[in-house]
Amino acid sequence: MSYCGQFAIAGVHEYESRWSPDKTSFQIMGECTRDALADAGLSLSDVDGLFGASMTMGAMGMVQFAEYLNVKPRYLDGTNIGGSSFVSHVAHAGAAIHAGLCDVALIVYGSTAASDAMAIGTGNAGGRDPSAAFVSPYGMTLVSSYAMVARRHMHEFGTTSEQLADIAVSTRHHASLNPHAKMRQPITREDVLESRVIADPLHLLDCCIISDGGGAIIVTSLERARDLRQTPVAILGSGESVAHREIGAPDLMTMAARQSGEQAFAMAGLTPAQIDFCTIYDSFTITVLLTLENLGFCKAGEGGAFVENGGIGLGGRLPTNPDGGGLSSNHSGMRGIFLVIEAVRQLRGGLGERQVEGAEVALAHGTGGYLGLMHSGATLILKKD
Amino acid sequence: MAKNQNDSSKNPTYGHPAIDWESRAYWEGAGRGELVLQRCRACGVVQHRPRGLCVSCLDGEIEHFVASGRGEVYTYSVVHQNQMSKFRNALPYVVAYVALEEGPQLLTNIVDCDPETVCIGMPVRVDFVPTPDESTGDLLGVPRFVPA
Repeated sequence: MSYCGQFAIAGVHEYESRWSPDKTSFQIMGECTRDALADAGLSLSDVDGLFGASMTMGAMGMVQFAEYLNVKPRYLDGTNIGGSSFVSHVAHAGAAIHAGLCDVALIVYGSTAASDAMAIGTGNAGGRDPSAAFVSPYGMTLVSSYAMVARRHMHEFGTTSEQLADIAVSTRHHASLNPHAKMRQPITREDVLESRVIADPLHLLDCCIISDGGGAIIVTSLERARDLRQTPVAILGSGESVAHREIGAPDLMTMAARQSGEQAFAMAGLTPAQIDFCTIYDSFTITVLLTLENLGFCKAGEGGAFVENGGIGLGGRLPTNPDGGGLSSNHSGMRGIFLVIEAVRQLRGGLGERQVEGAEVALAHGTGGYLGLMHSGATLILKKD
Repeated sequence: MAKNQNDSSKNPTYGHPAIDWESRAYWEGAGRGELVLQRCRACGVVQHRPRGLCVSCLDGEIEHFVASGRGEVYTYSVVHQNQMSKFRNALPYVVAYVALEEGPQLLTNIVDCDPETVCIGMPVRVDFVPTPDESTGDLLGVPRFVPA
């Protein structure tokens, strides 16, 4: 029997501040742990599975965090596949719980990317090692790796900068309804197009923000979650994958999302038409458009028409990133955990102005890495119990 | 090399690439002014980046050959912001994937032209910047592309 449908998210917390120069990343992770456990109605002594990743922890970072928090879990997973890691951790936790290897899993993240002035998008890809030597000489920034995908999409399908801009406009509108979002001032399509070009064809407002932040998720069996404080959110399907340069001839229009999404939908026995809203890693506007196509919400090349004029805004055909996303609310380097947290909050309901009406089934998809080089993808399909 | 009116002193500059035994033939080829690719003698697949085995058949013997150095721009971006000083001085510059006649696509720069004139499908040819390593005596180079 599949593990899906057997486990659930019982607690979540998103760190409220986006600027925390007086905190360490472990402190943020510790506070998020406390608040997610309180949300679930559990205590630290209940946690026997520990999952996490970060941009700044060392290779043994989760061992160091276990020491920091003074916990001795019986299941440990520090898998780092980029910003999508936490989406995959939820599935890994479910598998471990289903196998009887742990009962209560804590998934946790914290970062001070903004107060550390980390150059995430405009630093340089690669490093001084032989496998990176085919990339690092050429000055490919993170932004330009996504920009090359956007340029190709425009060439193949006639997608426009205006259509990409509409993604930023919808997402900013959502952020304006979220009191914790970093950027809350509404913007127009013209604002996006007139913002400075970072890597053609992507403008400043096509790019996610950089914030401090963190979050935590508590996963347990559906049976146990039903006895806890919150309405459980069950995981019906999951998938993960990678996409890369293959042996030299990448298809930049095919994302890891295609494979991970197909698996998640098959596992859940659902189709894209049955999804009420999405949380999709919006590192850049193009990431959202191409992910929607690869997940099957529209055909290849139709993403521009799908997203324009509020298509993915609240009240649109597929509300996406109703928290304001990484484009406007919270992007502290690795956004995956926030995708899951907002999906859970929306499914529980009661979010006021930014509540997606009739939110019963959600899809969360994280992308990690460089879209035009190599990246990971992780998909979850979530349903209110 | 800088055959046109553009200021080639603004092109990105290149350091000595980090190499290992799997990639040595590629970078040494670039030092000689040759674009060297790999082909599997068993299954015939051309692969890039270079590897110590054919990842299509996990068998076979890899041979190196000199590619034509001709191709066309598959996609590109004009980079306007890079926090690293060695690239900041070259802004704006063009990062691109070039689809080679032999199949593989190379991540590279397009230089010696106005960045605004670069487009998808534009024919390009390889050009090399020698990057000798005085500490080892290796005569390496870095390939990049110019309008054909």
